[in-house]
Amino acid sequence: MFALLPIVVVAYLSLTAWNGLGAPHWAGLANWRALVHDTEVPHGIRITLLLTVVSWVVQTPLALLLGVWSAGPQRHRAVLSAVFFLPLLLSLAAIALSWQALLDPNFGAPAALANALHIPSPNLIGDPHRALYVVVAVLAWQWVPFHTLIYQGAARQIPTQLYEAAALDGATRVRQFVAVTLPQLRHTVVASSVLMIVGSLTYFETILLLTGGGPGDATEVLPLHMYRTGFVGFDMGYASALALLLVVVGAGLSVLIVRASGFARMDSDREGL
Amino acid sequence: MTMRMTRRSVLGLAGAAAAGVTVAGCGTSGPAGGGSDAIQLWVLQSDTENPVLKKRIDAFNASSSVKVKMTTYVNDPYKQKLQVAMGSPNAPDIFFNWGGGNLAQFVDAGQVQPLDSALADHPAVAKSFLPSVLAGAALGGKQYGLPMSGIQPEVLFYNKKVFAAAGAKPPTSYPELLALVDLFKRKKITPIALAGAQGWTELIYLMYFTDRIGGPEVVDALVAKKPGAWRHPAIRAAAEHCVQLVERGAFGTNYPSVSSDNQAASKLLATGKCAMHVMGSWEYQTQVSSSPKFVSGHQLGWVPFPSVPGGKGDAKNVVGVPTNYFSVVKGGKHVRQATKFLLDTLASDAYIGAMIGIGEIPPVNGIKSKLATSKAADFATFCYDLVSAAPHFQLAWDQALSPSAGAAVNTNVQKLFVKQLDPAGFVKAMDAAG
Repeated sequence: MFALLPIVVVAYLSLTAWNGLGAPHWAGLANWRALVHDTEVPHGIRITLLLTVVSWVVQTPLALLLGVWSAGPQRHRAVLSAVFFLPLLLSLAAIALSWQALLDPNFGAPAALANALHIPSPNLIGDPHRALYVVVAVLAWQWVPFHTLIYQGAARQIPTQLYEAAALDGATRVRQFVAVTLPQLRHTVVASSVLMIVGSLTYFETILLLTGGGPGDATEVLPLHMYRTGFVGFDMGYASALALLLVVVGAGLSVLIVRASGFARMDSDREGL
Repeated sequence: MTMRMTRRSVLGLAGAAAAGVTVAGCGTSGPAGGGSDAIQLWVLQSDTENPVLKKRIDAFNASSSVKVKMTTYVNDPYKQKLQVAMGSPNAPDIFFNWGGGNLAQFVDAGQVQPLDSALADHPAVAKSFLPSVLAGAALGGKQYGLPMSGIQPEVLFYNKKVFAAAGAKPPTSYPELLALVDLFKRKKITPIALAGAQGWTELIYLMYFTDRIGGPEVVDALVAKKPGAWRHPAIRAAAEHCVQLVERGAFGTNYPSVSSDNQAASKLLATGKCAMHVMGSWEYQTQVSSSPKFVSGHQLGWVPFPSVPGGKGDAKNVVGVPTNYFSVVKGGKHVRQATKFLLDTLASDAYIGAMIGIGEIPPVNGIKSKLATSKAADFATFCYDLVSAAPHFQLAWDQALSPSAGAAVNTNVQKLFVKQLDPAGFVKAMDAAG
C-alpha cells in the first residue's frame, strides 16, 4: 500500500497540468506526448545508464578486492579497514560540498598542485567531456566502503578448510581467489550490484551539489531533470510523468541484472555445504 | 533563481531529497488566510534586513489590535513552501516575492490582492517609489506588491590596480570590451571572472546584450509568451555576442566549474587574477566581507554595462533585480490590516533610513543626500543614479519568465557557454521550451 498509493497518485498527476497551486487540471496525454519530444529525456537516460555502468565497473572490482583483503586476520588490516570505511560516516551533502571545494579550478587541490609544478591547472568538473567521470570518481569514493563492508562480511563466511584444501592441492593465491573466493561470493556480487545499480538511479544529491547537472547538461541524470521540472519549474504534471518513467527504468534494470547475471549460473566448489 | 537569493543552502536539499515523494504529496485547497489571529508575514532569512523589519513590526504591533507575526525561510524551500501553502488554509497574509513571473502565477490563480485602491487613498506612498521599480510588481495595469528591499542592478566591476598596471580604462562600449579582453590575455590575466557553474551568472550577459541590441520590447514579448518571441533576431545576436566572448577567451577556461556559492569569482577579481566581473550590486557587500582591504584600499571600480554600437536599446537601461516585494494574499482574514501595515511601513522614514543604514539602496525618490552620508556612499550613489536615470529596469529573466521557462533558460544558457548549443540551437531550444 505504502509503495503503490503514491505511484497511483503520481500516475494520475502525470495526466494533469499542475503548478502546485490550486487543483490540477486534466491534461490527458499531453505530458506523455511532451516526454516523447523532450530531448533531455534520451540524454538523461543515456547519462544515467553511462553513470550506472561506469560506476559498476569501477566500484565492483575495487570493493571486491578490498573486501576480501580486509577479511583477513592480521591486526593492521583492521586499522586500515576502519580508515577505508570513514566515508560511510559522512553525510552525502558534506561529501559533495567538500569535493566541490577540493576540485575548485582556481582555489582547489588540482590548481595548487598545478601551480607548484608550473603547469596549467586542469579543469576537472568544468569540462563537459570529463565532468561525468569526476562524478563517477566521487561516487566511488563515497560508496566503495559500503560495498567493501558487504564483501568483507561475506568473505569471512567462507570456510577456511576450502582454502586449506586448495593450498594442499598447490593452488596459488590468485588461483584460490578465482576458484574458491569468487564463486563463494556470487550471491554477494549480485546483491551488491543490485544495490549499486538501483542506487545510482536515485542518488542524485551528490550530482546536484557537485555539478548541478552541469556544465550545460553534461551530468544531468534523469532524476535531476525530474527534480528541476518539479521543484524549479513547478511543472508537477510533467515531473510526475518523468517520475513514472524513472520507476519503470529502475524496476526494469534491477530485474535485468538479476536475470542476466552470469553469477547466478556459476557453480559452487563447495559440494554439499 | 534570483541573484543574491540564489546562494544555495544545504538546508534546501531536504526538499530535494524528498522530491519523489512530495510530487504526489501536496494539493489542498480551501479559504486563504492565517489559521491564527495574527497577520502572518513570510520573508526570507536575512541577518541584516530582518532586524530592520522586526523593529517596524514591533512598532506596528504596539499600536495595533491585530499583531504581525514574522516567519522566515531559506530561499529554495521558501519557493516550495509558498507554492504549496498558497490557496490552502495555511497561506500567509503577507508574502515576500520577486515580482515578475513568480508573482504572476499567484496573480493568475487569483490569490493576490490588488493594492490600487489602497494606494489611491495614500497617494504619497505610491509617489515615493521609483516608477521603474514599482513596475516590477504591476501586472495587467494593477499593482500587486510594494518594494521591501534595495535596488540590485547588475554592473561591471573591475580591479583598478590591474587596470592601472595595464594602462587601461574601463570599457564603455562592446568594441572597447573586446579590446580589453585581448589586452589582458596578452598580460596573462583572465579578462573577466565568471561563476559559470550556475546559469544565472551567464544569463547576465545574454540579458544585457539582448537589451542593448533589441530593446526592452524583445523581453516583453518573451514574458507575454508571444508565439515565436524567442526567434527575435536580437536574441540570436545576443547569443552570438556571448559565444564571441567565450571564443575570444574572455572568461578563461575554468569558468564552467567556478561556483558563485563560495564567492570564487569575487576572490579572482580581488586577487587580480581576473580584471573584470559583471555581477549584481550585492558584489560590493561580498567584497567588503570577503576582501575588505580590496574595498577599503579603493581598488574596486565599477561602471555600467557597456553599450553595443548600432543597437536599438537605450544604453542607460539596467538589468538585475529592481527590488523584492511584499504582496497581500487575497481573501484572507486580515487583508485590510495587512495592507495598512505595508502602507505604514515600507515608505516610512524609519524603514528607509534603517535600510540605508545597513547598506541597502531603497527604491524611493529623493534619498540621494541620505545615501551620500552612508558607509558605502560612492557605490550607493552610483547605483541610485544609474537606476534613477534608467528608462527601463529589466528584472532578471529567470524571475521575469514563468518558472518553467526560467529553469529552461538557465540550463540552455549554460549549454551555450560550454558550446553544447550554438546560438541557433539556443534559440530553437528556448522556442520549444516556451
